[in-house]
Amino acid sequence: MKICVTSSGATLESPFDNRFGRAPYFIIYNSDDKSFSAIDNSVNIKASQGAGIQAAQLIVDSGAKILLTSNLGPKAGELIYASGIKVYQVEVESVKEAIDLYLKKELKELKESNVEGHA
Amino acid sequence: MKIAIASGKGGTGKTFVSSNLARSYKQRIALLDCDVEEPNNKLFLKGEIVEQRRHAVLVPKLKSDLCDGCRVCQQVCEFNSIIVMGGKAMVFEDLCHSCGACTLMCPQKALYEVDHEIGNIIVRKSKNVELVEGLLDVGKALAVPLIREVKSYIDHFKDIPIIIDSPPGTSCPMVWTIENSDYVVLVAESTAFGFHDFKIALNTVKDVDLPYGVVINKHGLGDNRVEKYCIENNIPILARIPFSKEVATSYSKGDLLVEVDPSYQKIFEQLWEELRNRVSSGAKDEK
Repeated sequence: MKICVTSSGATLESPFDNRFGRAPYFIIYNSDDKSFSAIDNSVNIKASQGAGIQAAQLIVDSGAKILLTSNLGPKAGELIYASGIKVYQVEVESVKEAIDLYLKKELKELKESNVEGHA
Repeated sequence: MKIAIASGKGGTGKTFVSSNLARSYKQRIALLDCDVEEPNNKLFLKGEIVEQRRHAVLVPKLKSDLCDGCRVCQQVCEFNSIIVMGGKAMVFEDLCHSCGACTLMCPQKALYEVDHEIGNIIVRKSKNVELVEGLLDVGKALAVPLIREVKSYIDHFKDIPIIIDSPPGTSCPMVWTIENSDYVVLVAESTAFGFHDFKIALNTVKDVDLPYGVVINKHGLGDNRVEKYCIENNIPILARIPFSKEVATSYSKGDLLVEVDPSYQKIFEQLWEELRNRVSSGAKDEK
């Protein structure tokens, strides 16, 4: 199972980033073999608009089924939920902590987008 | 003569200056209300509606059976408005800037353009003033296409002066509004917040390379930092409109101050005199 975490850096020790569309990296952690990879989201950080939906595209393409983040806007939310990805809300220091909490089933599922659009 | 009225901070008095400046002119004049998220000149000028119509922009629509998910449309979209999910393109109309690149470039010819309504254009006649406003639909994000449509009326009013009331801020809607005007009036208030935004607006107007001058509204409120800054930097102060409870009361009732208080008619007539002189002299020194 692939788990996506919004991150400030490219490793599991990197600080967690509570933004979705404008997080610098997405860490894709594979819970089956404990491997991970990092998706560079720098293009969308600089985007004047549409960062959320383009970030959603990257995550759907990565094959992740779980998304761990803090805030999800309406347009990105529409795509993430339509793709069958489950979202869990988290406020932690590092990417690793987010994954640990998810694996211990200590996170609350976010059933719909929780912040307003910011076009 | 096209005079744009702008400010950085909202609530400094753009609409107050625009509506009173228009009425004080006495002869026929046009006022283009480009603050399409909140076109409020009508509250003061009132008048009857002589024209009203919907305005639409073109956005792409997908013929799903033709789309093979190649992502060319997504790659050419400068505005991140298209994604591809489940092997088919998906268009986010509210992000689209109507450039047409995706429709042009689609190898499968799976995209075509359709009208996407964004708001109303309303023309009113109020005594000497021809008032044109754009009114953006609630929830629509793109003000600029509607502002452009309001500004297209400049051609209708070639023979009379035109006042163009700008939206607040200094982003695209404000820049599009003031562009190609002959002179920009920056309305400022001398408070900490007002001064901060005034300087940002000033730099924007300098970047657009237009001549400008300042109207200090609510003069007497706060301190004198705007006035001091203007004097130190040789920025012309075109008028000072006193801060008073009477003005606020009259404004809150939807009155035009120049119609109820002759001393304000005089202030705005003097402002016209300043503007006429500066526009006719080219106002090059204020760029």
